[in-house]
Amino acid sequence: MNVQAPALRDPRLNRPEPFTPPLGDGGFFQRDRSIHPPAHAPGYKSSVLRSPRQALLSLENSVSEITGPVFGHNDLGPLDNDLIRNYAKDGDPVGERIIVHGRVLDETGRGVPNTLVEFWQANAGGRYRHKKDTYLAPIDPNFGGCGRALTDETGYYYFRTVKPGPYPWRNYVNSWRPAHIHFSVFGSGFAQRLITQMYFEGDPLIPVCPILTTIPDKDALDRLVAPLDLNASTPFDSLAYRFDIVLRGQRSTYFENRTEGN
Amino acid sequence: MPQPLNYLKETASQTAGPYVHIGLIPAMAGFDIFEKNFSNVLVTPNTAGERITLEGKVLDGTGTPLRDVLLEIWQANASGRYNHPADRSAGALEPEFRGWGRAGSDFDSGLVTFETIKPGAITDKAGRKCAPHINVWVVARGINIGLNTRLYFSDEEAANAADPVLNLIEQPTRRSTLIAKRSERAGKVVYSFTINLQGPEETVFFDV
Repeated sequence: MNVQAPALRDPRLNRPEPFTPPLGDGGFFQRDRSIHPPAHAPGYKSSVLRSPRQALLSLENSVSEITGPVFGHNDLGPLDNDLIRNYAKDGDPVGERIIVHGRVLDETGRGVPNTLVEFWQANAGGRYRHKKDTYLAPIDPNFGGCGRALTDETGYYYFRTVKPGPYPWRNYVNSWRPAHIHFSVFGSGFAQRLITQMYFEGDPLIPVCPILTTIPDKDALDRLVAPLDLNASTPFDSLAYRFDIVLRGQRSTYFENRTEGN
Repeated sequence: MPQPLNYLKETASQTAGPYVHIGLIPAMAGFDIFEKNFSNVLVTPNTAGERITLEGKVLDGTGTPLRDVLLEIWQANASGRYNHPADRSAGALEPEFRGWGRAGSDFDSGLVTFETIKPGAITDKAGRKCAPHINVWVVARGINIGLNTRLYFSDEEAANAADPVLNLIEQPTRRSTLIAKRSERAGKVVYSFTINLQGPEETVFFDV
């Protein structure tokens, strides 16, 4: 019977280090690009000359991606989440008064606390207060059309506004945008940065919008449609719509502002 | 059936549209609404480091500058430290330097500028030094999901040659799409860059 010499001990075993917990390295879940619109979506004509054609280079998340700007209440003013009052000059803006509220979550279902949410929209007639917008519907002297909020410790945000109107735009000769509100969200790391648009339940322009239909996944498209939320409406004042936003999940254990056990 | 995993799905991206300025830079849309505004100036008089101007354009597939593009940058301070709790490296933190800014392109020329400092080198998780760089995020009408890229510095040749991310790029000619060129103008340091969305010099964009 042959006796084998003992195997040489792996030198790495002389100084064992604890290995990182599986969700503990702070990186983000790989982005599932199948639920996002492709860069080149010819039905949305502006994308044709503005879409990269080379493959994106995949980067493992480093400190440059898992970090991102931190905002606080000092960055905001007291009326920033009240679009009915934050530009009012001699009265309230025209339109259906609505509340929009929801949570910013990540893919693990955790609320994303203290993150900046910015929003902008057309007025009730479908006109933007922007020097480049020439649509014939009038500017509302009492409506700016933008606001922002910081999520609370559970990821909750809310604001009030008037419901934006649909408007025509140059894609096909008779293209109309469904009523929508633009959202910009930060998250806790720059790789979570997201801009999207919220639409309203029941809008008949949704299925024919060349921008919305760039989204290849029907469920992903439906998740951009906010349902009417009567439970959150204010009787004799404002209807409410609920819009939750999901950012990429984070393999995170250590943020100071999260409660223990996260 | 196995146990369900129950992860949520990320919300789909949508274009920032042509009127992105209303929400993110209202002064460019033509009105004044917020008491406090974000801007393209990252520095305060107290910020440590070399003052630099970043100046560039984003070009479409015909070589025409985008005149409605919005860029955000995110960077470390002069010590190579990001102002964020997840960066636990040794460099000195400067509470006043957020390290983030946003800028819209000029409606006529398409020029985008930032006033900032040159960041220090960063140490990655494996302990490797990464060349100084600035993270860039590009959104506009026609861009369906924000584009991530980086700017490196032309006067950091040795650090760039050793940088683990630049070395992931197979073609050396494509690495050069990420290098901002240093010059001096009226005593100020300017780094110039061009982001090509398409074409033979298409910029390297990252799936981060």
